[in-house]
Amino acid sequence: MTDTMGKAGAGADPAAADASTTAPTSSDGRRVRLRAEGLTLAYGDHAVVHDLDLDIPDGSVTAVIGPNGCGKSTLLRAFGRLMKPAGGRVLLDGRPVHTMPTRQVAALVGLLPQSPVAPEGLTVADLVARGRHPHQSWYSRWSARDEDAVAQALRSTGTYELAERTIDELSGGQRQRAWIAMTLAQETELMLLDEPTNHLDLAHQLDVLDLVRTLHLETGRTVLLVLHELSLAARYADRLVAMKDGRIVAQGTPSEVLTEDLLREVFELRARVRHDEETGVPLVIPLGRDHSAGDRR
Amino acid sequence: MKGADEAMAAEADTTGTGKATGPAVRETGSLLVPGRKPLRAGAVSGVWRPRAVVVPLLAALALFAAVVVGTGRGESPISVVEVLRVLFGGGDSGQRLIVMEFRLPRAVVGALVGSALALAGAIIQGIARNPLASPDVLGITYGAGVGAVSVIVLGGEYGSVSGPLAEIGVPTASVAGGLLTAAVVYVLGVRRGLSGFRVLLVGVGMQAILSSVISWLLIKASIVDAGRAVVWMTGSLNGTNWDNAQAVGLALALLLPAALILSFPFGALNFDDDTARGLGVRMNSARAALLLTAVLLTATACAAAGPITFVALVCPQIAVRLLRTGTPPLLTSALIGGAVTVWADVLGRTAFGRVELPVGILTAALGAPYLLYLLIRSGKAQRS
Repeated sequence: MTDTMGKAGAGADPAAADASTTAPTSSDGRRVRLRAEGLTLAYGDHAVVHDLDLDIPDGSVTAVIGPNGCGKSTLLRAFGRLMKPAGGRVLLDGRPVHTMPTRQVAALVGLLPQSPVAPEGLTVADLVARGRHPHQSWYSRWSARDEDAVAQALRSTGTYELAERTIDELSGGQRQRAWIAMTLAQETELMLLDEPTNHLDLAHQLDVLDLVRTLHLETGRTVLLVLHELSLAARYADRLVAMKDGRIVAQGTPSEVLTEDLLREVFELRARVRHDEETGVPLVIPLGRDHSAGDRR
Repeated sequence: MKGADEAMAAEADTTGTGKATGPAVRETGSLLVPGRKPLRAGAVSGVWRPRAVVVPLLAALALFAAVVVGTGRGESPISVVEVLRVLFGGGDSGQRLIVMEFRLPRAVVGALVGSALALAGAIIQGIARNPLASPDVLGITYGAGVGAVSVIVLGGEYGSVSGPLAEIGVPTASVAGGLLTAAVVYVLGVRRGLSGFRVLLVGVGMQAILSSVISWLLIKASIVDAGRAVVWMTGSLNGTNWDNAQAVGLALALLLPAALILSFPFGALNFDDDTARGLGVRMNSARAALLLTAVLLTATACAAAGPITFVALVCPQIAVRLLRTGTPPLLTSALIGGAVTVWADVLGRTAFGRVELPVGILTAALGAPYLLYLLIRSGKAQRS
């Protein structure tokens, strides 16, 4: 068993390169890395995402927004192969993700869940090093390549100085950066981040999002993230996907998606949307709840 | 891809969009990642941790000391020096007989059984991500107990489980009992991973059911069989021989290397389920293979010496604190398990004058307060 696992890990990169040549392209000509086709996701009998189609183009930063329980985290889990679709399928570089070996997917897609849990007493360096798992085997547990990747991940997240501290000693923002470093050490071209700014104050939210943008600019990674803060989503993502009740209501550039009508429809929110000249993105100024749309949640 | 990344990173730096995140510079002899010194030979690589060498060595030393001291203690005491002389081939024939035939088997079985139990505990705590999980708490030990007691009680008359039935029957039945219990606990308890309290509650329930089955068997049994069964149930090294040592030794020789190889996904497995699967761990097959290894170890150990409690619970936790790895280390846990068991046996035989306490009572007396401490602490963690 371990033998085949080792082979799958080693063979992941060339296999991915092969597949990418046959991958579909999106309307703007970019290669589609992840695609949902008629995707229906359910927990037991309870469907959370209904017949959803979505393309994630190569090199994009896409933020999924929507009210609590709209199915955005579930969608992210399906993209990360953490749940089997009840209907439809997810394609990774044109191949159905559920037929691919787990380790091969892990070498291509990195995923950071909403509240990841690490064992007590683990140091930051050890945590980040565990991100190398898809590239390791039982006899090769700390290769030069692993070491480079982990050092780089620690540096780019500003956690290098914390490397020998344990996770439980860190502040919320530091901990979040350490977890992102772990996902980075996985060296995947795609990253799925579920509310990476959760529980952080505004300054630390900006730290994390700046980091995501830097990574995107430096390495051309494709990032799909779930965000709650609308103005921040507009500021940091180049594409927004608005979801409600398991369906996509709107997608496109921040200016296309963030409109007063959409906020009323999706969030039942009365809000003013202003265009900010300096940043070139829309700003959302909430005025209050709009109960006329009916509180369905 | 890597080269392109670095080129892009360098470019991003010069344009001022990025932080100082240039490619890691490798200087000869410098450490790229603090606290993770590489140890490499060809394709084989790992992290050099002084603790991971020193602690197992000390544990092995403590184990050896326990075996030597334990072998010397008894009706006719033999000094440590003389025990060592016998072990290395010297000594007179009387001493040789006492050491090699009467006392050494007991110490060796203790060492092997303790190692097997602690190894099983380390595996289960690793896959359950829960310091409270162990073969005892999950009821696997009791399942093995039901199997063994059934053979002792139903298999023969007036304690005459002898010959092939005793040799094959008790170990086989206890392995079967252990496996069956583990399967039931797994099916009932694993909804969202092994980490929750659910699996512990199922384990406690199984314990209750299985111990009443054992009580029923004891009531049905003849007085002699019941006596033997009760001694077995407390976990005793009394009357163990080289045959027991051979059985447990063989199991350990096969399962320890298997566990070390299978434990490769341990690090990733120790995160929550989503993170672990995101890292490419095939959760179910990895867990099932490791759990099977742990059950076989537990059951073989139980067949030889009865359910010596708390060794499997406490020793991996001692090991994880000494090594500071965050995940129970397998080899170190096994060595500590052996040392703790043999020392507990030595203590039980010699510390209370003429009263000889079975090793299981000693380990329970030492381990139960620790279990309470863990329970109280995890209760606090839940609230905060």
